[in-house]
Amino acid sequence: MIRVQLSSETDLTGFKQHARALFAKKIAPENVHWQTTQAATRDLFDDVLLEEPAEQKARDQKTAASFLNPELPTIQIPAWFAELCQSCVLHREPQRFAWLYQMLWRLQHEPALRRDALDPQRLHLQKMAQSVRRDLHKMKAFVRFRPVLATDRNNEENNNLSCKLSRSKNEFIEVPLYVAWFEPEHYIVQTLAPWFARRFSNMHWAILTPDCSVRCHPAANTLGRGSSRGQLEFGPGGQRELAPAADAGEQLWLTYYQHIFNPARLKLRAMQKEMPRKYWRNLPEAQLIAPLRASAQHRAEQMIKQPASQPEIRKVTAAKAALHQAKAASCSGFKKLQNLSKTSKL
Amino acid sequence: MLYIYTVNIATKLAVLADAAKYDASCASSGAAKRDSSTGKGLGSTGGAGICHSYTPDGRCVSLLKILLTNFCLYDCLYCVNRVSSNIPRARFSIQEVVDLTLDFYRRNCIEGLFLSSGIIQSPDYTMEQVIEVARVLREEHDFRGYIHLKTIPDAAPELIQRAGLYADRLSINIELPSEQSLTFLAPEKSGVGIRRTMKRIHQHIEAAQLEKRDQAKQAVRSLPNAKVRRAQAPAFATSQSTQMIVGADASDDATILATSAQLYGAYRLRRVYYSAFSPIPDASAQLPLQAPPLLREHRLYQADWLLRFYGFTHDELLNSSNRMLSLQHDPKLAWALAHPEQFPLDLNRAPRELLLRVPGLGVRAVNRLLAARRVRQIRAADLQRLHISVAKVLPFVQLPDHKPRYAPQASDFKVALAPPQQMSLF
Repeated sequence: MIRVQLSSETDLTGFKQHARALFAKKIAPENVHWQTTQAATRDLFDDVLLEEPAEQKARDQKTAASFLNPELPTIQIPAWFAELCQSCVLHREPQRFAWLYQMLWRLQHEPALRRDALDPQRLHLQKMAQSVRRDLHKMKAFVRFRPVLATDRNNEENNNLSCKLSRSKNEFIEVPLYVAWFEPEHYIVQTLAPWFARRFSNMHWAILTPDCSVRCHPAANTLGRGSSRGQLEFGPGGQRELAPAADAGEQLWLTYYQHIFNPARLKLRAMQKEMPRKYWRNLPEAQLIAPLRASAQHRAEQMIKQPASQPEIRKVTAAKAALHQAKAASCSGFKKLQNLSKTSKL
Repeated sequence: MLYIYTVNIATKLAVLADAAKYDASCASSGAAKRDSSTGKGLGSTGGAGICHSYTPDGRCVSLLKILLTNFCLYDCLYCVNRVSSNIPRARFSIQEVVDLTLDFYRRNCIEGLFLSSGIIQSPDYTMEQVIEVARVLREEHDFRGYIHLKTIPDAAPELIQRAGLYADRLSINIELPSEQSLTFLAPEKSGVGIRRTMKRIHQHIEAAQLEKRDQAKQAVRSLPNAKVRRAQAPAFATSQSTQMIVGADASDDATILATSAQLYGAYRLRRVYYSAFSPIPDASAQLPLQAPPLLREHRLYQADWLLRFYGFTHDELLNSSNRMLSLQHDPKLAWALAHPEQFPLDLNRAPRELLLRVPGLGVRAVNRLLAARRVRQIRAADLQRLHISVAKVLPFVQLPDHKPRYAPQASDFKVALAPPQQMSLF
């Protein structure tokens, strides 16, 4: 059993190198064990080995090191498999590397597999890739930033976290730090961080997740000083308690959410299909869903039952007069233009 | 009538979001791809939009959809903001709208702004105010997110052109499919004027796209070691959409679909939205209120999809004898039941155009089927793996291991229209 140690959860380059090496040595997928984390999960069969586990590990590592030879022949793969690898590597499934290597092995030994769109393993990998793509889309949609001003943070953190822009020689403006807490399903933070950086270039923002955290300073051309402009910094995962609580401005967003809802059209299933319950705990507007749902039917019935009120005739006639005047003004302006052009011809 | 004298922005937002919610358009898609890595501000757009939230009516919240003011001089009977209504009124200042947009954008709650307005002083004045908001966002804050502006009917053509320079999408609501209904329900609006504006917007969009294509073809001459940079044509909005109200007048589905088909053909609209006439607070006595015809609206959307993506024409779906879409079955199934001579279709031999007409086969399913068909024969057992709903499709298709025994009847596909009533034992 060869043990392959990858440097991170989403180490695609490492996977490719090891896969090339293993394939060159003709090692079947059943004989490879792929590991990502340092605290390696012990296999059920570890204790059955006759040799000392430490010796076995040392021998495996030695053979593994000799594998990573840059002169190994490249393997031809179809384009769809390359895309699948890129997406599936981000999935949380621990067996993903094993399955990808198995697919690679089968592709080389079964030529007809390349064009068979109905192979069960290919469909399974495509489902995993689709889950990753959906998670990427939902993270772009559901990350919610909350501003934290320098006055709220500790003084010693001020110099590191806050970013000052000089407007004039004497005036300095504090750029707030926007912090979000999110719980993605897969390991997508590093893939998506550049997208956030391109969108929020003049913001100082940070996203905390249980696996990994990322922070970005405002980009060079906008504001910010120092060498950390526009660069992404990754750090270890955090906890929900580190993220800031709702600020006063969030109330405006909740007001908007409440009032953009039409109570005559209640469709909870359609809402839940796109905004599943698992994201609700980190969305501030989710707390409004239950009260809105409870009052919707009553509000809609009230609107239908209520008799029409009498319009103020004075207001209506004043409006008509104003419109008539506006039309006349625009018409006369046009006529003036026409007259001018006529006279200029003379 | 209540005038809001307090300058409380939360109250204004409540009033003006309430006023804006009957506009169905919410998409943030179709903009040119750009981001803020080269600018001073923030914002980015991509091909497909992002829906940041969903309200309990199933609609997505993608843009900050508000009115600049809900004071209005017009008296359109179906509208909650008409001059004869007694709802509370409010007005945002331009700076307030800009600040709200940027604040929500920084929180990653929206993709951009959807700005409409009631008509105050004159259509030109209102349009100028709306354009000013977009100009401040684009020029003073270098905002590169999505902006959708509603063009005011009867505004001057130069203003429409200026609006297109700052917006990603322009729209003007056609409201009703026929001129008579518009004259009765919205006497100040003119159907001819609305279509004229649509045509102008269409011409501007086309001209901008042609110019972009021409510029891309031109060779760029630059100094030997300089970075090659291309002059940018001034950007214009990339698409246009409109909205029709369903259920406020006596127009039948055939008229509505014919109007949509004509709009898609003549003005190359991106989308036509159908808004079921919804009960509004303080309604007019002349328009009786009832529960919104949501199922009818749903069938119209399904028919609209058939027109745009499935190669149907509007007179195939509805004709002079059959003028309303069936509420029992979706339009595609209704067409298939009315044309039994086309089926059963051999899934392994039929061309793409005919495959798209099989009930239960969507565009993506057809693409998957065609890709799989190249390698081997498709059998009934493979349909499930292709994510095709087997129960819907099998009555209409023929496969090596399946042949329908009899032509499908309408009664085989009965769908419950009303939710089941809870009976009692007593």
